[in-house]
Amino acid sequence: MSEPIRFHFDVDGDNFSSAGEASVQVKRMLRQIGIPAEVIRRVSVAMYEGEINMVIHADGGNADVVVEPGKIIIILADRGPGIADIELAMTEGYSTAPENVRSLGFGAGMGLPNMKRYTDDMKIESVVGEGTTVTMTVLF
Amino acid sequence: MKISEIKELLSADVLCGEEMLEEDFCSAFGSDMMSDVLAFVNDQAVLLTGLCNLQVVRTANMMDMRCIVFVRAKKPTDDIVELAKESGIAVLATDKTMYVSCGILYSNGLRNEAVNN
Repeated sequence: MSEPIRFHFDVDGDNFSSAGEASVQVKRMLRQIGIPAEVIRRVSVAMYEGEINMVIHADGGNADVVVEPGKIIIILADRGPGIADIELAMTEGYSTAPENVRSLGFGAGMGLPNMKRYTDDMKIESVVGEGTTVTMTVLF
Repeated sequence: MKISEIKELLSADVLCGEEMLEEDFCSAFGSDMMSDVLAFVNDQAVLLTGLCNLQVVRTANMMDMRCIVFVRAKKPTDDIVELAKESGIAVLATDKTMYVSCGILYSNGLRNEAVNN
């Protein structure tokens, strides 16, 4: 593979029940191009948590996945409220998600820690009032 | 443990995946919190949960799990079952609670350790 392969998705912020559809599609496409199963799982779980975050906190956004030789980069960009204290947001168990999100199986303060756990590198750029971009890299 | 045995032990209904009844799994995970499933599952093939929405199926799909058991008499809607079918995941539903379901399966040999699912 010489040229990077790119996937782009608009993540719909209006509908929680559709959250995760992009990650399911990425998983399928990575399988089709022969990426190892363990790598696919790491990429798709990290992206799935990110997608859920975008729907819960930011009314959706854009997801881009770039497949290069030996690495996969996931870029999740939203125009949500931003993250004031990134270190605090990274703390396992810390969550600002509303109570109703918990009854949906998320909002336990595990999203960002899970994203970090499953990727080799994670960078969060956020401006309060403007939005957040999370860039994750999985090496293989 | 085969899905057919899970069905018997939990007096469960099979909502989809009848063709998978003889598939054999050796470990399971139980949680209502999908983020915990995403954090802690490591090749467990069976998910027991009392949460009943589309995210359960997507979460199981992400973790390459093969069978979802809805506990506490939760009735998954048609779109949940349909998505599971598309994802190649068997769906069972039991009236038993999470604690009882996990206890029965565990004591009959379906453990938590991921071995070779």
